[in-house]
Amino acid sequence: MSVTPFKLPVVPALKRQSYLNLYKRGVREDGRSIRAPRQLEIKVGVLEKAEGSALVRLGNTQVLAGVKVEATSPFKDTPNQGVLVVHAENVPLASPMFEPGPPDENAIELARVIDRSLREVRAVDLEALVLRPGEKVWNVWVDVYVLDHDGNLFDASMLATMAALLSTELPDFEELETGEVVVKRGTKGRRLKVDHSVVTVTTAKVGNYIIVDPNFEEEVISDYRLVLSFDENLRIVGAQKTGSGGMRAEELQEAIKVSKEASQIYFKALEQVRGGGK
Amino acid sequence: MKAKVGIDERGLRHDGRRPDEMRPVSMRVGVLANASGSAMVEFGKTKVLAAVYGPREPTQRFMVLPEKAILRVRYHMAPFSTAERKNPAPSRREVELSKVIREALEDVIITSEYPRTVIDVFVEVLQADGGTRAAGITAASLALADAGLPMKALVGSVAVGKISGTLVLDVDETEDSAGEADMPVAAAPDLGLITLFQLNGVLTEEEVNRGLSMALKAIEQLVAMQKSVLRQSYEVVEE
Repeated sequence: MSVTPFKLPVVPALKRQSYLNLYKRGVREDGRSIRAPRQLEIKVGVLEKAEGSALVRLGNTQVLAGVKVEATSPFKDTPNQGVLVVHAENVPLASPMFEPGPPDENAIELARVIDRSLREVRAVDLEALVLRPGEKVWNVWVDVYVLDHDGNLFDASMLATMAALLSTELPDFEELETGEVVVKRGTKGRRLKVDHSVVTVTTAKVGNYIIVDPNFEEEVISDYRLVLSFDENLRIVGAQKTGSGGMRAEELQEAIKVSKEASQIYFKALEQVRGGGK
Repeated sequence: MKAKVGIDERGLRHDGRRPDEMRPVSMRVGVLANASGSAMVEFGKTKVLAAVYGPREPTQRFMVLPEKAILRVRYHMAPFSTAERKNPAPSRREVELSKVIREALEDVIITSEYPRTVIDVFVEVLQADGGTRAAGITAASLALADAGLPMKALVGSVAVGKISGTLVLDVDETEDSAGEADMPVAAAPDLGLITLFQLNGVLTEEEVNRGLSMALKAIEQLVAMQKSVLRQSYEVVEE
C-alpha cells in the first residue's frame, strides 16, 4: 500500500520562505541559479568485478551503478533479444530516511522510470546481446545503489546507469558440448552496444518557481517534481510527475523548455564518458 | 506489430473508434455495502472497483500526522483480470501505480479536516483491457465523494497513446501492446490541475502538448459524468 509520507523532516518546511526569497532573486542557498544543476562528477570503471560501473556525484548526492551480465534464456516472445533489467536500492547508509528491507515504492519508481526511459528508445541494442539465437542471450543487470541522498536521485541514477552501461565490457564465454554457456569472468571482450544517450532532468515546483535539480530540502518543500527523459535528439522518451501537488499545463510547457536546456550539461558529461573510452 | 492495430484508411482504430474517441464509459456509485464509499467504473472491457474506508483510526499508532489524515492507496489486479493468471502478490508495477494513484488523489481531499486518522482507498482491477490506472483513479475519486469526504474537486483520468504515428485517446490493451507511446493523465478540471502525468514511450514536445489537450478535454467529460452519477445517487425524492 502506498502511504502519505509521515516521517519527513520538519526543518525544510520552516525554511520554505527563505528559499522562496532567494528564488525571487533567481538564486539558491548554495549560490547557483534556479535553472542550474549542481556540480556534476562522473567516474567510470570504479569497480573491477562488475562488467561496468560508475560513481556519480551531483552536489552531495552520490549514486553508484554496477552492471553485471549473465548468460540466460531469452523471453519466449523476444527470442533474438537480450534482456536489460534496472533495479534500484535506497541503501540505508545513504539517508536517515532509508531503512533496511526490500525496495520501497520510491526505489521501485526510480528503477522503473530509468528502465522505461532506456527501453522505449532502445538505448541498449538488445539484438546485439544474442549468444545463440533463440537459446542464449546476455541478461544485463543494472543495479543502482544510492549511497548518499541529497535530492534528485532520478538524474544522478540515470547518469550513473548510462555511464555504467557505456563503460560495460562483455566477458568472453565458452559453449560446452552440452549446450551450456560458461562465462569467463574477469575477461574483457567487446564493449556493450549503447545506441542512444538518455538523461532525465528533474525540476521541482516550489511556490511559483520551477527549479532544476532540487536538493533534498527543496524536494521536501516542493509541490511536485517532474522527471523528463530526453534522448540526444531532445525527443521526450519518458516522463513522470512525482509528489502529490497538482501541475498546471503551462508549468509542463515551461518545465520542458527549462529541462531541455539543463539536459545539455548532462549530455556533455556523458559525451566525455563516451569519448574517454574508460 | 500487427497491421490491423493501427489506423485504417477511414481514419478509424481497430475497434472502429475515431482517434479522439473513448470506449463506452460506465460509472456506478455505492456498489458495496460495507465500504464508506464505493464505485465501479468501466472503460470498455476494463472494469475497476474502488472502495474507501475511513477516516478511521490507524491500525499502527505511529502512522499519523498531527495536521491531517494520512491517505493509503492500494492498486491491485485480481488474478483473473488478465489473459494469463496474474500472481496475486503485489508486482513492482502495482507498487508504483499505488504511489502515483495516491499522489493523483491526495491534494483534492481536504485531509486537514481529519487529523490523526487514516483514509484507505482500495482499487481492485476486476478485468484489465488497458487503461486500468485511469479507470481506477476515476473510480477512486467517485468512491471518495460517495464516502462523503470533503473534496476540492473530482479527479478523472485517461491515457493517450500513439499508434502508427497517430495520437489516440483511451488506448485498450491491443493498442497498448502495439503502440509507440502511452501517456496516462489525471486531472481535476475544476482546479485546472494535472494530478498524474506519466509517459512511457517516445514523443516530441508538440505531441506531448497535443496529447495532453486531448486527455484534458476527455477528462472534463469524465468529471461531468461523475457529477451526474453522484447527483442521481443522492437525489432527494419529494414525499
